This record gives sequence, structure tokens and C-alpha cells, in this order.
Amino acid sequence: MKALLLLVMAVLALPSAATAEPVRVGSKKFTESVILGEVAVGALRDGGFEAEHTRELGGSRILWNALRSGEIDLYPEYSGTLVQELLDGEPGDLSTAAGRQPILKRLGVRELSSLGFQNTYAVGMLEPLAKKLAVRSIGDLARHPDLRLGFSNEFMEREDGWPKVRRVYGLDALAARGLDHDLAYRGLHAGNLAATDLYSTDAEIAFYGIRVLTDDAGVFPEYSAMLLVRDDLDPRAVAALERLGGRIDRSRMVALNARAKLDRTPEAQVAAEFLGEVGVDVETGQAESRLGLLVRTTRDHLALVAISLLAAILVAVPLGIAAARRPRLGAVVLAAVGVVQTIPSLALLVMLIPVLGIGAPPAIVALFLYSLLPIVRNTHSGLVGIPTPLIESAIALGLPDSARLRRIELPLALPAILAGVKTSAVINVGTATLGALIGAGGYGQPILTGIRLDDVSLILMGAVPAAVLALLAEGGFAALERALTPKGLR
Amino acid sequence: MLELCGVSVSFGTLVALQPTDLTLEPGQVTALIGPSGCGKSTLLRCVMGLVTPNTGTVALDGAPIGAAGWAAARLRMGYVIQEGGLFPHLTARGNVSLMAEHLGWEADRIADRIDSLRGLVQLPSEALDRHPGALSGGQRQRIALMRALMLDPALLLLDEPLGALDPMIRADLQRELRAIFTDLGKTVLVVTHDLTEAARLGDRIVLLRDGDIVQTGTLPDLRERPATPFVTRFVSAWDAP
Repeated sequence: MKALLLLVMAVLALPSAATAEPVRVGSKKFTESVILGEVAVGALRDGGFEAEHTRELGGSRILWNALRSGEIDLYPEYSGTLVQELLDGEPGDLSTAAGRQPILKRLGVRELSSLGFQNTYAVGMLEPLAKKLAVRSIGDLARHPDLRLGFSNEFMEREDGWPKVRRVYGLDALAARGLDHDLAYRGLHAGNLAATDLYSTDAEIAFYGIRVLTDDAGVFPEYSAMLLVRDDLDPRAVAALERLGGRIDRSRMVALNARAKLDRTPEAQVAAEFLGEVGVDVETGQAESRLGLLVRTTRDHLALVAISLLAAILVAVPLGIAAARRPRLGAVVLAAVGVVQTIPSLALLVMLIPVLGIGAPPAIVALFLYSLLPIVRNTHSGLVGIPTPLIESAIALGLPDSARLRRIELPLALPAILAGVKTSAVINVGTATLGALIGAGGYGQPILTGIRLDDVSLILMGAVPAAVLALLAEGGFAALERALTPKGLR
Repeated sequence: MLELCGVSVSFGTLVALQPTDLTLEPGQVTALIGPSGCGKSTLLRCVMGLVTPNTGTVALDGAPIGAAGWAAARLRMGYVIQEGGLFPHLTARGNVSLMAEHLGWEADRIADRIDSLRGLVQLPSEALDRHPGALSGGQRQRIALMRALMLDPALLLLDEPLGALDPMIRADLQRELRAIFTDLGKTVLVVTHDLTEAARLGDRIVLLRDGDIVQTGTLPDLRERPATPFVTRFVSAWDAP
């Protein structure tokens, strides 16, 4: 059993070990980060390097850990995030790049020159509402405790986000809830939200007519954009990247964001246009067709589901048998796989990154772990539910344990076991969409990009096939159940 | 043939069987009877090794069966329970041949053996290819008997074999069973709660009460020379109209 598990882990680890050559660029799951990632890729290619971009990997913590563990070589970051979030608690002067450098060096990381713009947090309201309520600064919100605020989940959590704003401006009376940053704009536009957090380079500020409230108390720190690279990155690659220093000012970044987000221009093309303007020629590859996207995401999604489900069957059925054979062990096994099920999927994915890196392996392991419970539980209950007289008849016949399991118990428990596999498969298809958050691909990727770009058709490109696949899994396993259930049990 | 010596069973504080001695002579049919909860099934299950006695030994042909001996001992015993205990996922034939297949019998030998057993229990041949769910109660018990007899065991153990059948079928099968017992000359231990059935099937009756043997003998013995007032009450309950 242990050997089997090791084998599964080894197989899962293979793909990540094979790709050492190109410079690996990561980006966070918002448009600006993806554009900057593409810009970095263009600069690297212009400098003669192979480069690949793992887009929309997730939040700061995922990228930071991926950088430190060597899963990626660089990603765009902001000084404020570095100071408040990632280096929080480190001794020394964090307020300047020079002060941070020795600390970062110790962590194997290096901060390149500022790209030339700030993208700090801000709080904004629609202009008409702000005018009506005479709200000019964040502090003015305290006069309107009935306003509904909605903030991005990250802003809700970060020490320098809502907790600090609330404390400094005395906004305890206002209710705030967390939601996706891109959905917040739509909530604001629809009137569901009175105010939300913004990034000061968001393309939507002008588009929706949003008033950025002044931060009189200076709560939000400096959020200067730059590239964070691994300290061991080839100096020539660093030199190629350093050419970007100071080249992007705030208005340019807003324009680039608007090109991608409002004009729906692919980020790679936006980046190429920018690089062309500053004299760097990059070839943009052919944009992927919708059919190509569907084929690629289907292939990735099926691989995630199939590998994890197969491994889960190989492990969970023996576990279920052991649990049925030894009631005390059974209680422990069922409790353990039950606890795994209660870990939120995103948390589990993030927990696995330090061990397995980013991409498919942690997603497959997480899906594998989630698939265990239904199969173990159904195998266990299928075996335990066999009527005692049948078990005793088999014993009385003189059938040894192994033959009894093979000829009598497993066939009788088969319908229950297959029902468990079916449940796992359906859950798996749905959960696998979250794999896109850590670079595993699959149907979650167009959903994620679609939410980011407010592109419903792109969201449907992921959501519809995922739903169809779930239905196919349900129907396929139901048919398999009928075909494999022994005739006498139907 | 089979000897129980000081066998007792208790589940926690509940005493299911007092220390009991019982000997089965070769070719003898013994009917175990008593009110429900008297320990008759527990006694049978001790013989089968399905219940491990707290004290005492079970000996087959003079040799006590140890913990490791049950596998071999069970091949010399056939076991039939109420409703047959047939495996629902196997056909009647699959049920009957299961153990012989496991022991690696040739297909021809299995087919011949099933054929002769089918004649013995008078089962129509088409019933062999059905699953238990598609058979009548009487057919199921015939198949259970075939399964028990497949390896030609020396000892046949039956726990309420006819308990779930209609009275008419039941009377027919009692006669058939008795004829089979006589034909085969096997040592038989049958558990029933029905005194008429015990008298029809058994050469002798063993009456239990509260986990203890009260009396051993034929029905006339029990009727005319009752060991305790309980025996009189038990027998007269059956004699009453």
C-alpha cells in the first residue's frame, strides 16, 4: 500500500521535474499582473532567453511560495505587498528597496527596479452616489453607517486592508463582505454595493465613473510595481528585465489594463504593443482559437479527473476493505478521510504547493484526497451491509478469507462501491475547476479568465463543458453500475 | 462421530449455553428443540465454529478441533440455514459448485456431482441456471441442501431448514428430507422449534431450556417419561388441538 502511494506520488511529480530550461514567469490572477507577466516574457525573449508564462496562478502567497521554492523564476509584485504581507515580521528597514535587499537576499529573492508606477489600494464609490452623500474621503463613510461595502477577499484579510481602514477611520458600524474583485465593479454598477476597494491602475475607474476617496490618514502604503526574481536567475536575464525599469507610468498602465480588459485584447498582444512602443520587438504567437481552448482545457481537465480518480480507487477500495474487516481501524480510517473532506479545497491546494509545487501535481493530489471519502465509505458500508447469514454461509462452506472476499463479499458490495466511485467522479469534475487557481489548467481556466475580463462567453466555455462532463460522468458510471452489477442483485 | 464436551457460551453476562455434553453417533439424526432463546442455534453454531465456546471442546472423530482445525473440519460438514443463505449474485449452480471450484475439481466431476444431487433433491434442471431471487422457497432449500452435500460431508447441520416455508410444502419436504437422511446414512444435527418436525426428522430429540439440555430421547420417551414438569408442558402444548 505504501509502495503504491509512493509510486503514485512519483508519477505525479514527473512533469514538474522535466522542465528546467526556460525562464518561468508567474503572474497573479488579475489582468495587470498577467500583462506584466507577458511584458516580462517579451523582454526575456528579446534578450535571447526561452521564457514561459504560468498565468493567473492565484494570490500573492501562492506566487511568493512558488518563487521561493523555485517553481517560478520571477513574477510581478508590489512593494506594499512585500512589506505588509510577505516580509511582515522580518527585522530591518523594509520601507526602502535598499533596506529590503539584504533581507530578500537571505530568502533567495531579488527585487528589480520599480517599473515606474504605483498601484496602491484605494476605496471608491460611483460618482453620483458620492456626490449625493457628499463623501470625499474614506473617513466620510463613517457618517453613513447604513452603506453596504464589498471588498475583495484579499483586501478583507490583509492587515493593511479593511482591518486597518476600519480601525483608523472608525468604520466599525459599517458592514463589509468579501467578494471577487472583478465582481465588485459589477456590484457597484448595479447598486448592490456602495463602495469597494480598487487598485489605482484599474481600467474600470474611468469606465464606470468612480470617485476615488482620499486616504487622508495615509493608511495605504506605497505599492510600487516591480519584478521579484530569484537571486540565482541568470544575470543576463536580469539585465534583460531591468530594461523595463521606469518604463511604465500610471497612465500607461491604466491604458494597458483598459486595452486588455475593456477592449478584450489578449494580454500577450497588449504586452507586445507596449514593448513595440518602447523599442522591443516581440513576435506574438497566434491567439488560441475557441476550439483549441476547448480541446486543451478538456484534455487537462480529463487528465486531472482520471488520474486522481484512478489513484483514489486503487487506495480507497483496499482502505474500505480494511475498515470493514477491522472495526476499530475502520473508525480511524473513516474519521481521517472525513476530516480531509472538511478542508476547504482552496486551502488544501495552497497547503500542497510547498510540497508539490504548482500545476497539475498538487491539484491531482487534492482531488485524490477528496475522492477517497465516498469510495472508502461506500466500500465499507457495502461490505458491512452484507447480511450475516451470507457471510456465515460462506465461512461454513469452508471458503478461506481471500476467496470469500473475492467470490462473495466484493461482488455483493460492488453496486455500493461503484456508487461511491460515481459520487467521487462527479465531485471531482466540479472541484477540478479550482485547479486553474494553481496553474493546473482545465475548465477552471476560461472561467477564471472570463471572470477577470468580465467575459460571460469565456466563463461559459469552462462552465458548460464542466457541467456536461459531470453529467457524462454521472450517466457513464450509472451505466457501468448496471452493466457490472451481478444479475441476481438487480 | 461428533462430541461436545463441557461446551458453554456466554455473551457478556448473558449465558447462552450452560456447560453441555452431547455425542452424535455415526448415521444418527438428532433433532435439537426448545423454546426460542434456549441456546439450540448457539449449540449448532459451536459445532460449525461460527461461535467460539468459552469452555469445553468440540471433537470430530475423537480429535478436538483446535483454532487451526476449523478449515479442514468445515469441509467435512454441510450447513443449511433458514432461507438457504444462498448467495444472490450466483446462480443456483454457482452456489452449489462454489466450494468444489475453489478446491479445483474438474468441470466434469462437478457436473456429474450436481446431476446426481439434483436427482436426490428432485430439482428441475432449469432451476439450476436461475438466481436465488427467481426461485421458490422450496427450491431454494433444495439448492441449499445440494450445496451442503456437494463435498459429500460426513456431518450435516441444519438450522431451521424449513422454518420459512408454507405448511404444505413443509410437510412434503420433511418427508423428503427424512428419506434423504436415511438414503445417505449421514450423521445429522437439525435445529427446529417444531416438535412434529423434530419427531419426523430425528431418530432422537434433544430438548433444551435456558441453555441447558433438559431431556434426550424419542417423542414417546418425552411424552411418557418426562424428566421435568417443563417437558410435560412443552409436549402438551404441541398435543393440544
